[in-house]
Amino acid sequence: MKQLLSKEPFALLLFSAVILTMPIWLAPLGANYPDLLQKFAIYAIFAMGFNILFGLTGYLSFGHAAFLGVGSYAAVWSFKLFTMNVLPAVLFGTAFAGGVALLIGFVCLRRSGIYFSILTLAFAQMFYNLAYSVMTPITNGETGLQLTLQDPRIIDRALAPAGQGLPSTELFGLSMSGYSGFYFCATMLIICFFISRRIFKSPFGLTLLGIKSNQTRMNYTGFNTRPYTLTAFVISGMFAGLAGSLLAVTDPLAGAERMQWTASGEVVLMTILGGVGTLIGPMLGAWIIKYFENIFSSFNDDALQQVYSFLPEGLRNMAVDLSSLFVGEGWHLTLGVLFMLIVIFLPGGLMEGWRRIVRRFRGGGGGEGESAPAATAQPAE
Amino acid sequence: MPILHLLLEHSVDNGALRNMDAIFLQFLNGLDKGGAYALIALGLTLVFGTLGVVNFAHGALFMLGAFCAVTFNKLLSLELVVLDETKTTAWGTALEVRTAYIENWFGDFGTTILDYSVPISIIVAIPVMLLIGIAMERGLIKYFYKRPHADQILVTFGMAIVIQEIIKHYFGANPIPQSAPDIVSGSANIGLWLGLGDNVVYPWWRLVYFAFSAFIIAAVFAFLQFTTYGMVVRAGMRDSETVGLLGINIEKRFTVVFGLAAVVAGLAGVMYTPILPPDYHMGMDFLVLSFVVVVVGGMGSLPGAVLAGFMLGILQSFASMNEITSLFPGIDQIIIYLVAVVILLTMPRGLLGREGVMEE
Amino acid sequence: MSRLIMTRRGLLKAGAASGVALAAPMSFVRGAYAEDFCNMPTGSTVTLGFNVPQSGAYADEGADELRAYQLAVKHLNGEGDGGMLGTFSSKALKGNGILGKKVAYVTGDTQTKSDAARASAKRMIEKDGAIMITGGSSSGVAVAVQGLCQETGVIFMAGLTHSNDTTGKDKKRYGFRHFFNAYQSGLALGPILGEQFGADRRAYHLTADYTWGWTQEESIKNATEGLGWETVNAVRTPLGAGDFSQYLTPVLNSGADVLILNHYGKDMVNSLTQAVQFGMRAKQVNGKNFEIVVPLFSRLMAQGAGENIKGILGTTNWNWSLEDDASKAFVKSFGQEYGFPPSQAAHTCYVQTLLYADACERAGTFSPPQVIAALEGFEFDGMGNGKTLYRAEDHQCMKDVLVVRGNENPTSQFDLLDVVKIVPRDQVTYDPAIFGGDLGPADAKSC
Repeated sequence: MKQLLSKEPFALLLFSAVILTMPIWLAPLGANYPDLLQKFAIYAIFAMGFNILFGLTGYLSFGHAAFLGVGSYAAVWSFKLFTMNVLPAVLFGTAFAGGVALLIGFVCLRRSGIYFSILTLAFAQMFYNLAYSVMTPITNGETGLQLTLQDPRIIDRALAPAGQGLPSTELFGLSMSGYSGFYFCATMLIICFFISRRIFKSPFGLTLLGIKSNQTRMNYTGFNTRPYTLTAFVISGMFAGLAGSLLAVTDPLAGAERMQWTASGEVVLMTILGGVGTLIGPMLGAWIIKYFENIFSSFNDDALQQVYSFLPEGLRNMAVDLSSLFVGEGWHLTLGVLFMLIVIFLPGGLMEGWRRIVRRFRGGGGGEGESAPAATAQPAE
Repeated sequence: MPILHLLLEHSVDNGALRNMDAIFLQFLNGLDKGGAYALIALGLTLVFGTLGVVNFAHGALFMLGAFCAVTFNKLLSLELVVLDETKTTAWGTALEVRTAYIENWFGDFGTTILDYSVPISIIVAIPVMLLIGIAMERGLIKYFYKRPHADQILVTFGMAIVIQEIIKHYFGANPIPQSAPDIVSGSANIGLWLGLGDNVVYPWWRLVYFAFSAFIIAAVFAFLQFTTYGMVVRAGMRDSETVGLLGINIEKRFTVVFGLAAVVAGLAGVMYTPILPPDYHMGMDFLVLSFVVVVVGGMGSLPGAVLAGFMLGILQSFASMNEITSLFPGIDQIIIYLVAVVILLTMPRGLLGREGVMEE
Repeated sequence: MSRLIMTRRGLLKAGAASGVALAAPMSFVRGAYAEDFCNMPTGSTVTLGFNVPQSGAYADEGADELRAYQLAVKHLNGEGDGGMLGTFSSKALKGNGILGKKVAYVTGDTQTKSDAARASAKRMIEKDGAIMITGGSSSGVAVAVQGLCQETGVIFMAGLTHSNDTTGKDKKRYGFRHFFNAYQSGLALGPILGEQFGADRRAYHLTADYTWGWTQEESIKNATEGLGWETVNAVRTPLGAGDFSQYLTPVLNSGADVLILNHYGKDMVNSLTQAVQFGMRAKQVNGKNFEIVVPLFSRLMAQGAGENIKGILGTTNWNWSLEDDASKAFVKSFGQEYGFPPSQAAHTCYVQTLLYADACERAGTFSPPQVIAALEGFEFDGMGNGKTLYRAEDHQCMKDVLVVRGNENPTSQFDLLDVVKIVPRDQVTYDPAIFGGDLGPADAKSC
């Protein structure tokens, strides 16, 4: 199995199969509707890209949402100005975010550690605050940038007269809402997985890992690390920009809150939750957070009553009262508890859990010695 | 300072006196804000810069402090509910007549206690916050000293969410107003004292808050500087291994530091309630800002955090003046971050940061 | 052509022959193409989507909205005392659900963010099969969700949204708003401000720096400048500033004698509390009492501001202390269910749900084009706001607006607002053309 997984075509094939069949195997979880599937694919790209920076170089950016936002705005402007075709939008979004990442990265990478984190945070917050207020002509402020009937859309207009109502995003005639939108995002995700896997295995990736483990030593040997970290930063920003433009592709609206620090924090949490530096961990983290946000928040008392309908009246009400603390408006609480449990019992995120399972099946009796941190953590809760 | 210069130039056509008043008031605002920022950052930098724990739950501690005041006030104003059957509400049930027990029992004295509930709740908040801090450190944080920062972020963030949600469950999401004692609820006519004219007034409570924050900051410094306990803590911050080798129980000191940080954050929260009606989310609103203040001040430096707090507070106040915003629209919204970027790019470790702390 | 016999087969043939030209007239034919709209209810139930903020600053408001929705569902299904069903002028609703189908509902959390709100609404549409989406507690969210509903062909009944844009430049054929707007606040408040404070005043605006704040500032400015007031300054404050002291001190020596706070929610609670601390309620300027005005306020915000709200003037959509039969019936049934009176957000959400259900009954179908037609230009009464018109041009309700004042001597913890005047509907009616915008097409979409 392990040997097979390390073979590129096989890994890629397996990954593609899992992603493309998501509408099927997510059905029992109630997550098989287009919007959430799209979000799964998009935020997986976002987290995967973030991991290229954080997981490989150890630089913790706390302002990555800025690139997501820039990507979205660029994509929506492409829809407004040129054409509803999604390819230019995706290209613009990725390229713009890459450009912005180059500028910000060039400045921020002069510092390391927490100083770097706060610099990126400061830039992202400036973007957010300005987008919300002063830059309203470009961003449409609080309401968010939307398509309007007055948009020029010069390329589309040159080909055909404007129809009634707002046009929808399309890929050469194929509408990008619903499942086709998901498959488009899923294709992008598979491409991103391929790229990110290549980076992880390349000499470039190994250099980055070297920077992570000891930058000072690498600098002493006369090795200039900056171009490497900057490249990682820009690639990571472009992943975020791609994710942002895909958000606009599946739903042509870009709001400023996409750039707020909470959004930057979310991708940090996704990555850590799944497992920093692992290839698919961040993706799993993204899925969990988005699942909670969309599904757990939707259970209301009415739905709970149905879930517990097999219980007798009194017991049912108690069960409903108790569970309603954790679902519906209490979904944040569940998320918080989950964060704590995972980090306490699975240091290294969800992928650590996976590794333990694999070990158990392989060598009987679990890992030797490496479960020590978990053991010390156990008395906590 | 270019900003002052600019203002003075402007004042030629606007009336120099009025502008001086405005500048003076903005300076007071800056001090007041700075006091709040410094107080929150002080606790964070103790934990973050010295214990090396990225504590995303620090905002939640600030919020818990504020809710100490709320709870104390709620307990004081527990009411005797009598149903008045002769009157009904609009929805048909009997009207409830409520009187606080404390007023029933103690009469006017009870009313006075209620009036002073915010300052009195300091007495309650100190032990409560200390306990919360110690419990947090013993129960959770201590297992994370040697873990990567990423793990610390996740666990403290999770804890912050849990604390918030618990508060939301019991108190709702709406802000809960807390009033300052009557005697300091109005405005002080500072202008009259200083001969600046009638328009220079400033709320008493904000003056109290500033004095309070100055006092707490001084007390924390005195504790670390002049007590043997503080000395050991300071030594432990610099080199915990050596101190440990000397046979001193450094872990216990760390617990105390964490407890102290919780108390400082909590007190900042208690005293802030009359200015900002507390709600469950207020901690998150201050979280990012307090990290910025700590890092601008420089990692591992307490004076740095205080200095950065006041500096950012004052600059934020001046940047909001109409004369400035008309020149640079939106500057008041980003000034803190802009200053942070400039400082971190010109000074590699913030204002007073020590080498090697959290730089890896 | 227009005399075609309207059978499905016939239409299909005709459609093949004449192409797109027929598309428009088709949608006016009742039930002709009943299968062709998004989430057509096929079983014995019909699902409504209640999209309210459950986390963040407006969570309490969202909780109150949700209570109102649940009450409305009860009443529609014939449980409880019927609430405003009894007073509503249209008698189409019989308490047997909508068109004989039992009403079910799904809920979601908007988090007061456009992205989250749209994601939540999409879940309701794509997964839960909601036929109508309603809710929201901020204009940004309302405009975002309304846009989505237009694209997917699902009707959106806006909850609490006060910006002019919702039914102004961002109006949509599928979006409807019962709540009043900033422009109407200005029209209603203006004359009262003149009456109370005189014509010679100098106003200073503090405005939340986003779309809603700007539209309100503009509306109130127009109204007060019409009275002869001078606007000394209008300062934008960042959303969620927390401490407003740096914006408040310049007011003190600006020579202004009225402070207008274009803030809502937490911003308003904070800025008002702090303004009062700066002594602004007790101050004398230009020989007059300094006044603070909060153009939009709600009871929940009044609760957050506590003592500071006393004597402050503002407008509100509805208040539970109103004495008309409809309001009394609603307060009674809400109070008996939950033990306290409803907020204005709860009221508008309850009414919106009933109005939608009624429109379906009158149209005889769930098909959105017909339901829209039934709502457009609909004139009704008995919903707590007097005679009301759902204007066809912009889908904005035209009704009375309340000018209120923070109660000086509240008799209970809910008795926070005094109704100063009920400004009649014709005084707050305006020309829909002033805001521009385009409703867009009404044709049904399959999703």
